[in-house]
Amino acid sequence: MKSLANIGQRLNQLVAQPAQPSDAAELLALGETALEHWVRAKGKEPTSDLREGYRLLALHRQGADKDPSFNACRETCRELVYHYNLLTMEPEHPESAQRARMMPLVARHLFLFISGKLESRELGDFCCASKPLREKVDESVPAQ
Amino acid sequence: MSDKKAKYQEVAYYPGCALEGSGSAYDTSTRALGKALGLKIKEVENWNCCGAMEVKNIDPKIQTYLSSRVMSITANKMNMDTVMVPCNGCYHNLKKAEYDLANDDKTAEVVDRLSKKAGHDTYQPGQVETIHALDWIKETIGEEGLRERVKNSLVGIKIANYYGCMYTRPRHIFPEKDAGPGSESTFKPHFMDDLLEAAGAENVEFPLKTACCGGAHTLSDCDTSTLLVTNILQAAEAAGAEVIATECPTCHSGLEMHQIRAEKTLGIKTNVKIIYFTQLLGMALGLKPKAVGLHENISDSFDFVKNKGLA
Repeated sequence: MKSLANIGQRLNQLVAQPAQPSDAAELLALGETALEHWVRAKGKEPTSDLREGYRLLALHRQGADKDPSFNACRETCRELVYHYNLLTMEPEHPESAQRARMMPLVARHLFLFISGKLESRELGDFCCASKPLREKVDESVPAQ
Repeated sequence: MSDKKAKYQEVAYYPGCALEGSGSAYDTSTRALGKALGLKIKEVENWNCCGAMEVKNIDPKIQTYLSSRVMSITANKMNMDTVMVPCNGCYHNLKKAEYDLANDDKTAEVVDRLSKKAGHDTYQPGQVETIHALDWIKETIGEEGLRERVKNSLVGIKIANYYGCMYTRPRHIFPEKDAGPGSESTFKPHFMDDLLEAAGAENVEFPLKTACCGGAHTLSDCDTSTLLVTNILQAAEAAGAEVIATECPTCHSGLEMHQIRAEKTLGIKTNVKIIYFTQLLGMALGLKPKAVGLHENISDSFDFVKNKGLA
């Protein structure tokens, strides 16, 4: 499995280089791999199921289980699938070049969200929560 | 006149803490826009923090109580049935409190106990309808009404509409959304797009409308926030936008501050302007930039709006 650092580097390359509709499959796969990292970090085996025809959406659902803050990337996942569909089903569409330009940015947003969450995954039930962190700090400070 | 149109002509106004501080331009522009449109607001008397993120992390039920107090004052002291909230965080919390009070007996019990202790009537679910500033303008004036009132069209301005992640999530606390034609969508929200288009703007296809801006990470993990915001800014520019229209004070100030930080720390400069939708609509109605608080924004959009004929 690609490391998170490698996913980030590859996404930065894909954002910077001239966009190609043929990159759609790789971008979707990079999104899946980033989600796999999240699911594994939570101690689960990444699902191979499909949801609405896509593993990416099944992985997101698995990642959001008992962790509602993870739904903050639900629409980003859906946008990624949407762009994949647009680019693979209508590669010759006049808007394809623009869609291909946007898809790496959508994939990178998903990656940044997940990698940020992984860094601060001790931060609790909500993306803005700090409860477990505070509890750790409280534990280390003797009661007054 | 539709039921909502009549009902929302005069609403209670809950600005929330952010609009008294970093989001003061949103407060200024919301008030100015309402006045220009002939809509009436009454600020919630002696309002308190909605519980925001901080209180929720200590005890979600205290956050629910704090939000319920705002609704209780609206209903039981001001005798009003609608509270309008511009801030996405406050809007989310009041909606969540409404849902939790209607569906969780334990929460209702705690809120009742705290309300009695604080000496005010306990809020009962259904007493007040919480609406966002977008609902307020959309339902009372609508696209047709805006088109008729526009003095300085936003024509020629390309806008990426950025709703943030709290406006539509979680879906179950917004039962009025995804309710068919005319309702707001949680997947692809469009109320802001509709209103700005009616004012003449050209909305671009923007796939990160509801993406996380990292606002909650700003203090604990500033670098992540900068990266997330930079990606949003770059995506907006890649989509062809000259302006990102915002409707959340946390997102707005995050976009502004991290735009500056990205240039300093990452060497990534973006030029897209960040302007509240209420500021854009106000200027379209002929209000001066200062009247909608453009000078209160962190980023400087004066030259831009002047070049677009809005000043």
